[in-house]
Amino acid sequence: MAALLDTAVDRASLFEFLLRMGDNALVLGHRVSEWCGHAPVLEEDIALANTALDLIGQTQLWLGLAGEVEGQGRSADNLAYLRDAHEFRNLLLVELPNGDFGRTLMRQFLFDAWHLPMLKALAASSDPRVAEIAAKAVKEVAYHVERSADLVIRLGDGTEESHARMQAALDELWPYTGEMFLSDAADEAVAAAGIAPAPASLREGWRDTVAAVLAEATLKEPAGAYAHKGGRSGRHTEHLGYILAEMQFLQRAYPGSTW
Amino acid sequence: MSHEWPLWEVFIRGQHGLNHRHVGSLHAPDAEMAIRHARDVYTRRNEGVSIWVVRSSDIAASSPSDKGPLFEPANSKIYRHPTFFKIPDEAGHM
Repeated sequence: MAALLDTAVDRASLFEFLLRMGDNALVLGHRVSEWCGHAPVLEEDIALANTALDLIGQTQLWLGLAGEVEGQGRSADNLAYLRDAHEFRNLLLVELPNGDFGRTLMRQFLFDAWHLPMLKALAASSDPRVAEIAAKAVKEVAYHVERSADLVIRLGDGTEESHARMQAALDELWPYTGEMFLSDAADEAVAAAGIAPAPASLREGWRDTVAAVLAEATLKEPAGAYAHKGGRSGRHTEHLGYILAEMQFLQRAYPGSTW
Repeated sequence: MSHEWPLWEVFIRGQHGLNHRHVGSLHAPDAEMAIRHARDVYTRRNEGVSIWVVRSSDIAASSPSDKGPLFEPANSKIYRHPTFFKIPDEAGHM
């Protein structure tokens, strides 16, 4: 706690930042876990479940630290299961429905291509607790992006049908990518304190990664810079409510139950 | 769709210095994805340092009906097993 008071950032901004990291991992992890038992082949089913589990594991670390920083005695479980939709801080991109297998992988890739450089930067955070979590997560996410990029290329540069589906997924998801690089007062505070990179600083690297993979996948980058936004400040699509209804049911119906 | 993908046998080296061991099989369209799948299916619990995959159809196997001629002649030759040596205590476990 002493270390916290020494950092040059207010508690609310750091809490906000940690919720954003944790909620991205939690909501995407939950979405990907919906594939369990439904993927087109057994091997991909297992791979998707592994990705989901990695993300849920990261959630525990981010939200655990968020609760610690907040100082109100809330645990990672409290934050995951007892907040309402408007208190969630994830990107809209990660709460969008899975669609088909290709769309799930396209969403994963667009997120992974941001997540990896974000974690790499966080591994050098001025806050050692943040750096420690990032160093652990970065190894998992390096594999996530390797896998999702490979599958985007294979499906994009695959059959006529798989190509059409991937292009449609890209067109649909593209306007949700801009939110990753938006900035508010909390972002500026944690960036100024050297805790996290400024969101906009990750844009160029993300664009390069995405452009290279899309070119190899023979997919066309959509035109237009319109960006849906709101998730990072608690204004979500209708989809998040349904996710929480399923995810939080047990703790809401049987408060405090454990197993 | 999985029936269209060929079957691969997966071998994992558990530690440096040990041999690769057969751990199972899986379906994949090519070697690169077979290794990826093997990573996801067989090495989630820190089992390995190296993965080999080989197309199952590339493995030549002895026929079960050859079991007799191949293996039975060794049955009655227990002297081929090095079980008659006394290992000195100082040598320890071998």
